[in-house]
Amino acid sequence: MKQRRYAVPYLVWMAMFIVVPLLIVLYYGLTVQGADGSFVFSLENIQKAFTPAYMKVLWRSIWMAGVATILCLLIGYPTAKILASRDFKKGSIVLILIIIPMWMNFLLRTYAWINLLNDNGLIQQILHAVGIQDAKLLYNTGAVIVGLVYNFLPFMILPIYSVMVKIEPHLIEAAEDLGANNRTVFRRVIWPLSMPGVVSGVVMCFMPAVTTFAVSRLLGGSMFMMYGDLIENQFYFMRDWHFGATLSIVMMALVLLSMLFFRRKGAKEGGLLF
Amino acid sequence: MAERLIELKHIRKSFDGEAALDGIDLYIRKREFLTLLGPSGCGKTTMLRIIAGFESADEGDVIFDGKRINDVPAYKRNVNTVFQRYSLFPHMNVADNVAFGLSIKKVDKKERAARVSKMLELVGLAGFEKRWPDSLSGGQQQRVAIARALINEPEVLLLDEPLAALDLKMRKEMQLELKKMQQQLGITFIFVTHDQEEALTMSDTIVVMSRGQIQQIGTPIDIYNEPANAFVADFIGESNLIDGVMNADYRCTFAGHTFECLDKGFAKNEQVEVVVRPEDIDIVPEEKGMLSCMVESIVFMGVHYEIMLRGEDGMEWMVHTTDPVSVGERVGIYLEPDAIHVMKSSDEPLASEQEAEEWAEAEEQA
Repeated sequence: MKQRRYAVPYLVWMAMFIVVPLLIVLYYGLTVQGADGSFVFSLENIQKAFTPAYMKVLWRSIWMAGVATILCLLIGYPTAKILASRDFKKGSIVLILIIIPMWMNFLLRTYAWINLLNDNGLIQQILHAVGIQDAKLLYNTGAVIVGLVYNFLPFMILPIYSVMVKIEPHLIEAAEDLGANNRTVFRRVIWPLSMPGVVSGVVMCFMPAVTTFAVSRLLGGSMFMMYGDLIENQFYFMRDWHFGATLSIVMMALVLLSMLFFRRKGAKEGGLLF
Repeated sequence: MAERLIELKHIRKSFDGEAALDGIDLYIRKREFLTLLGPSGCGKTTMLRIIAGFESADEGDVIFDGKRINDVPAYKRNVNTVFQRYSLFPHMNVADNVAFGLSIKKVDKKERAARVSKMLELVGLAGFEKRWPDSLSGGQQQRVAIARALINEPEVLLLDEPLAALDLKMRKEMQLELKKMQQQLGITFIFVTHDQEEALTMSDTIVVMSRGQIQQIGTPIDIYNEPANAFVADFIGESNLIDGVMNADYRCTFAGHTFECLDKGFAKNEQVEVVVRPEDIDIVPEEKGMLSCMVESIVFMGVHYEIMLRGEDGMEWMVHTTDPVSVGERVGIYLEPDAIHVMKSSDEPLASEQEAEEWAEAEEQA
């Protein structure tokens, strides 16, 4: 029991910077400012959060994050598999190339995409050169999804990669030995064994994507607001901390629910992640 | 036992320029229990992997049932493998592991379940269907792996040091069981091991390998009693290796004495090597011996004593005997003609000695 004492600073830290702020958010979210300036308990903001105008933004966030996550999986899974394959062990440089962008601020990376996609950007120039004149690359859903995929792709590749490299080559040989061709080996052995990586990759992409802000505003313009932008707006421009807090609660509830969903999925597939 | 099931014709294989198999010619008969025996790095596992289809030979042909199968991928070969580290699928329970091969062949569920339980019964794990591999002991996991391979009714079962990770008692038990299974099912077993005792206990035929080459092929009794060269003599069991000269047929001189022996066909006065097994040496009173020695040390080994004798010419003899002697005592050595095994002098005695040492080290570590 002696060890407990060493956990005290950590517990204090957690209380101060996690529990207390959460309680403050909850408090703000469930109150409104009365006429005299005092806070009054009210569910008014909760009701407001579930009105169609705001729900539309929520669904859009989920939809875009979902599409981005699926694209990340489609690109990231084969990448991770190639990186983890035996002929690619020297590939650590490629791995570093994947990791390095993660060290850069995501805003910088997003601004880079604006430069690539805008009307005088590199990609437009290439399209002009091949005769495509009127492509709109920036300020639409596609641009936002490109930004999301680019930002979160490493979070998909790395967990899948780290699970893949641990799959015993002996197991693949055993499956071949028992009559499985390449496709069957993948379907019955590699895919199920890489499932824990896939689940944590999906979680690590979907969670930050669904809560993201700025990326959507910068690449999508104001027409493509996501939930994160909405919350930012409430605090930053509308100065309505109460409603901002309410929206944050809805967002957290969504994140928690999806965590529970993936956790159950992860447990079923035989790998607990979080 | 006559039919040749598998033939290896002049197989060569190298990894990064280093020869793992250096011209292997071998045939394996139907229903034979054949063991590939040798120190680590001798190429025995590579040979097994070439038969299984996990590696392809650089040169030479693999013939299976009269057909060349060099280019047939592993999943189409009618052989199954039991791996050293079991390699059970961790995401499947025991029943699904065992049924894996059948499910690929689209055997229907009812039949699958029936055959799985029959197979588990055969390996002594009846009722283990719903268990998970990580909840089983090493021995149980290996039994599941054996069941998973045998359920496909392969013509040949390949076993890659399957017992190496088990403790001694379990290993002995499994040796007998495997042998029994092989006889009962009538399947050809190709068994890879570095454990000479295991090889002697289980095999119909032993192939002793060293440095990518076959040193000797024979029955356990042949290999033990008539080792083809110093490497085999040293690798299989304990032995006294002595340089000698073959004076004539049935007469051999070594350690300063001319002995009667059972070997013939050497050139006159040919340099030879002589193997004398420690248990074939009789200790007699000094005056009755052919050579006289002094007892240097005695170690009690359980069944017998291991006695080191020092001859008058300084030569050391290892003797296994149940007769008690005492250190410092002078005794005589008596060798019956059939205790003396004469071999052609090997080309590179140093190499084989070095290898035998490496092997001894490897065994100590294991």
